[in-house]
Amino acid sequence: MNKKWLSFPYLLWAIGFIIIPLCMVFYYGFTDRDGVMTFENVVAIFSPEHRKALFLALLLSLISTILCIILAYPLSLILAKMGNGKNSFLVIIFILPMWMNFLLRTLAWQTLLEKNGVINSILTYLHLPSLTIINTPAAIILGMVYNFLPFMVLPIYNSLSKIDPNVMNAARDLGANGFQAFLKITLPLSMPGVISGITMVFVPALTTFVISTLLGGSKILLIGNVIEQEFTQASNWHLGSGLSVVLMIFIVISIVVSSLSDKDGEGAGF
Amino acid sequence: MKKVLFASIFTLLLASLTACGNNSSSENGEVIVYNWGEYIDPDVIGQFEEETGIKVIYDEFETNEIMYPKIEAGASDYDVVCPSDYMIQKMIENDLLAEINFDQMPNAVANIGTQYYEQSKSFDPENKYSVPYCWGTVGILYNKTMVTTEIDSWSDLWDESYADNILMQDSVRDSFMVALKLNGFSMNSTNPEELEIAKNSLIEQKPLVQAYVIDQVRDKMIGNEAALGVIYSGEAIFTQRENPDLEYVIPKEGTNIWIDSWVIPKEAKNKENAEKFIDFLCREDIALKNFEYITYSTPNNAAKELIEDAEIKNSPIAFPTLSDYSNLETFEYLGVDADELYNQLWKELKSE
Repeated sequence: MNKKWLSFPYLLWAIGFIIIPLCMVFYYGFTDRDGVMTFENVVAIFSPEHRKALFLALLLSLISTILCIILAYPLSLILAKMGNGKNSFLVIIFILPMWMNFLLRTLAWQTLLEKNGVINSILTYLHLPSLTIINTPAAIILGMVYNFLPFMVLPIYNSLSKIDPNVMNAARDLGANGFQAFLKITLPLSMPGVISGITMVFVPALTTFVISTLLGGSKILLIGNVIEQEFTQASNWHLGSGLSVVLMIFIVISIVVSSLSDKDGEGAGF
Repeated sequence: MKKVLFASIFTLLLASLTACGNNSSSENGEVIVYNWGEYIDPDVIGQFEEETGIKVIYDEFETNEIMYPKIEAGASDYDVVCPSDYMIQKMIENDLLAEINFDQMPNAVANIGTQYYEQSKSFDPENKYSVPYCWGTVGILYNKTMVTTEIDSWSDLWDESYADNILMQDSVRDSFMVALKLNGFSMNSTNPEELEIAKNSLIEQKPLVQAYVIDQVRDKMIGNEAALGVIYSGEAIFTQRENPDLEYVIPKEGTNIWIDSWVIPKEAKNKENAEKFIDFLCREDIALKNFEYITYSTPNNAAKELIEDAEIKNSPIAFPTLSDYSNLETFEYLGVDADELYNQLWKELKSE
């Protein structure tokens, strides 16, 4: 049975929209305006403002990822415990916002958080102090957590619901209390889901420029913003590509880490 | 040259994907237009198609800098493009534009005021490549109910009593224009010392700035989100219609007086249709209709005469008497090295 030809459309897609663009990024990243090979665009990451933007992006995406785990893990436990049938409705509620465009959802947060926005109007009406997190790093983290939370919930939920209840029962039979059973059975068995969730939240959070522009008022420069600006404002595709190559290193690291700890591909199955 | 190679690989790929859907050409051919977002009355396009039988394929860009590489790579066959002054200069210098045949364009010759052709000479010295479409100034839009002092200077954007109530433009040249003018320099300065001073002014201002935005200045000012905002004059008229508390002022230190003009790229396939399209937009009734929709000042004197609302016709915002203001300048293309310096300083400001 040779069905390799079935993958042909995908192969074409991959060449046209992944391989060729990637080659172009590398070509631009390692040349200057005259087409001469150079490492300058990659080394440029060490200049103070790029270093600061990268560090800030790493910090904010790390905080968002941790917050996502804290929120998503208990939630996934509850969803998984409810058993099949009852929980599908709840799962849909979590996927539902993803049906709406990502940009619209972020713009909505802007309207909610603004000085005269919805939240502050309600707070003022109730004579409560107003909330001033718009255009601060806190608003960016909020935007990241809100937008990427489903990518954490789904893989964790997926690996939790695959755990055979008999394994839990066996642990309890052999004298483990609830907490011990969680620590020795549930947690290790759900790790693949957590790891894949971390990749799926950390990578888009690290590279975002839309969230920081809309919720940070363009006052906070993340590495994604630097790259975007090199393309759209500075028309320096070489520097933009060079910095993208550096960012790719971080993405590759996080993917390698997740594939090493998830050899059976359990967490990726949704 | 490699750029061209990549572009052609890409176009080939895209062409093979879109080849099937591309045979619906009209009897009189087509014209592919590349314009700023929200910068034309959609009815005007329909009317052009109806009257001439030429099919319009319409595409939009957000900034001159996004538009430029597309034209340079020749990846898309645009026939008519609407860049700003300094970008037209760059396109002429890099030999990307075709000379316009003004013999075919009676409206463009008769209706567009000569002073605008005169002004265009700063970027198109022989008036060979461009037809003015919109013009205006950059100034401060302020909310009368939220300010306590008289607003007439760029230095008002550095007033600490308006902390967190100031909106700046999220674009390199526009923000540096403000800071350069504040310090009494030319907004086309390439002097590193002057630019360093301007950058330090912007850094000093940053804690007072609520946000750096582009199109959203309009919405935020209408929604009373901020007291002061740097804005293009064409947007100012629109915002006043929505919120009567808003007032526009051209600061006394001088400002940017800009022109967006239609040009035809050298590679254009439908040059004659492109000229028909530009000339159609210069017809007085069409220019008037367009002005009423987009509210950016029209250089079309015949159309201006037709404006019925005296308040708009004599509006100092839409049609300021330029001799009343000093230090007005138009952006020039400063070359690759100066562009890089500006962007470097901009990043230093943003990461501060």
